[in-house]
Amino acid sequence: MRLALHPERVVTFIVDRNINYTNVCVNKCSFCAFYKDEGDEEAYIIDEGVLMEKIRETISLGGTQILMQGGLHPALDLSYYTSMLQKIKKEFTINVHGFSPPEIAYMAAKAGLTVRDTLAALKDAGLDSIPGGGAEILSDRVRSAISPRKINTAAWLQVMREAHLLGMRTTATMMFGTIETPEDIAAHLEAVWRLQAETGGFTAFIPWTFQPGGSPLGRTAGHATAADYLRVLALCRLYLDNVDNIQASWVTQGIKTAQVALRFGANDFGSTMIEENVVKAAGVAFMVTKNDIINAIRSSGFKPAQRDTFYNVLNYF
Amino acid sequence: MFDKAYSGKRLDRDDALALFNSDDLFGMGKAASFIAENLHGKKVYYTRNRHINPTNVCVNRCKFCAFSRSAGEDGAYAMTIGEILARLAATSSPFSELHIVGGLHPDWPFSYYLDMISEIKKAYPRIQIKAFTAVEIDHFTKLSGLGLRGTLSELKSRGLDMLPGGGAEIFDSNVRGRLCPEKIPAARWLEVHEAAHTLGIKTNATMLYGHIETYEDRVDHLMALRALQERTGGFQAFIPLSYQPISGAIDVTRYPSGIDDLKTMAVSRLVLDNFPHIKAYWIMLGEKICQTALYFGATDIDGTVVEEKIAHSAGASSAEMLTTGEMINLITKAQKEPVERNATYEEVSI
Repeated sequence: MRLALHPERVVTFIVDRNINYTNVCVNKCSFCAFYKDEGDEEAYIIDEGVLMEKIRETISLGGTQILMQGGLHPALDLSYYTSMLQKIKKEFTINVHGFSPPEIAYMAAKAGLTVRDTLAALKDAGLDSIPGGGAEILSDRVRSAISPRKINTAAWLQVMREAHLLGMRTTATMMFGTIETPEDIAAHLEAVWRLQAETGGFTAFIPWTFQPGGSPLGRTAGHATAADYLRVLALCRLYLDNVDNIQASWVTQGIKTAQVALRFGANDFGSTMIEENVVKAAGVAFMVTKNDIINAIRSSGFKPAQRDTFYNVLNYF
Repeated sequence: MFDKAYSGKRLDRDDALALFNSDDLFGMGKAASFIAENLHGKKVYYTRNRHINPTNVCVNRCKFCAFSRSAGEDGAYAMTIGEILARLAATSSPFSELHIVGGLHPDWPFSYYLDMISEIKKAYPRIQIKAFTAVEIDHFTKLSGLGLRGTLSELKSRGLDMLPGGGAEIFDSNVRGRLCPEKIPAARWLEVHEAAHTLGIKTNATMLYGHIETYEDRVDHLMALRALQERTGGFQAFIPLSYQPISGAIDVTRYPSGIDDLKTMAVSRLVLDNFPHIKAYWIMLGEKICQTALYFGATDIDGTVVEEKIAHSAGASSAEMLTTGEMINLITKAQKEPVERNATYEEVSI
């Protein structure tokens, strides 16, 4: 099926940077090792100058997108996000792929606006597309157990529906390997398939496995192996016949398993992930990573190509 | 090719080459699994073992090796027998197999190795000692003056149970000349293993792939092993070793992809029809490719290891040890049946 959808044997990747603007989050999901309380000494909100420098660096390294995601910070309101977007767009030409559905729903609730109006305000301010995070498993049974404060399945789907109706493209993710059953995974895929049949707004689907390190849930769950990953990935490719692209997750699986994933239905290698905390040495770190990805794709028997957010090929290697 | 495999016919050199050049990864995996299941059912073997690398001082300086040092160089070390015994005593989890390989130390006499084996066997009579690659054995013959059979007999009499399969690298003399010019030639490697087999010492065999060799070189390597096994039957497991790209000392732009790792596993299983086991060595492959290899003909995943220096010097990103629980989980999740073994593949529970 991958070959039928992508007969040219191209495997794409994007050069982008993941910027986490804050780690303060009121949701406190049990699988998360990133969040902090507002008063915690490690809590942060990104400094505007640092943000701008990170974007400048991304562009200088050939990046075409920044992925902006963060916690649900109780002190930040919608104007914080819209003015951040405006400043970015005023200074740079870059695709802003930002704010997963839980963030958008939280902004809307705090502003007393509908999801649609919130999305429209973000779009006006410069938001281009939305990442598919926060989907975890679209089963309220699982969500209420592992992330009880996070928006439910219907709310996640509603944010994506509204975004698609406003003409914004989004991705969808699935995090598995916690406490879900095969039925939960099937329900997740069915929900994504149905919304895609309705709107056609999803560009790609990204399954990945729960990473147990450092989170409360990691003490009791989280042993999805390579066999689990490859089987689920193949299932995603087969089930989601209306979603063009399936991403392999080298960040969670390692390069070699991601290569194998290209034979289990994946046609995209995700992002080069310019390191967040690499500052001065970013140029070198990046070149290694980008070349690694190009080599990894090529040695798997596929043609590497850099793409943009919307899966248009920018450059073949 | 697959018809031959399914009907139990031997694959020839051209078949093996065609497999390496084929893109039918899943066809290979299926055929290799068929062979593996014919031999072992759903069983996949693991062991509780411990590695000891007594020294990294080596008179050979192979291009791909990031472990070896010259005597006196920074980071060079050499353990006394007392230090080895202390390390074994400090190992908290039980083990049934001890794996000892190290550098060719310029100053150690043959008696040092004999004493090492004797002392370990005295302290741990029930543990099987799998020690010294063919390269080390060849080095010992120069020290002992006893010839190959005499040297091996001495070691066996002190308690050596088995030889590991290292030092085979790639048999092709041109590639070998570029990779590890000081190392014994392929013919000598095979001679050492043949001598061990005739003395009743079982051995393993390896192949280091994914560097500068061609598919032809890999096939010739497998053919040479199969021919020796046909004569002696002394090999237990074949272990394809995936070149670690980070060692970087030789000019290699190509390193084995995860797909190549799986393909090599499957072709090995299909070609080496007279080898009991093909081993997916998790230290070199990582746990994830190791597990996936169980769908490509592998029936052994090695063991707990505890302390590994050689592959990790070259940048292997795997953990330094796995617990038995982790190994059982890895095998079970691949829908196989985990079986604990000792060095000579007897089912044990320690």
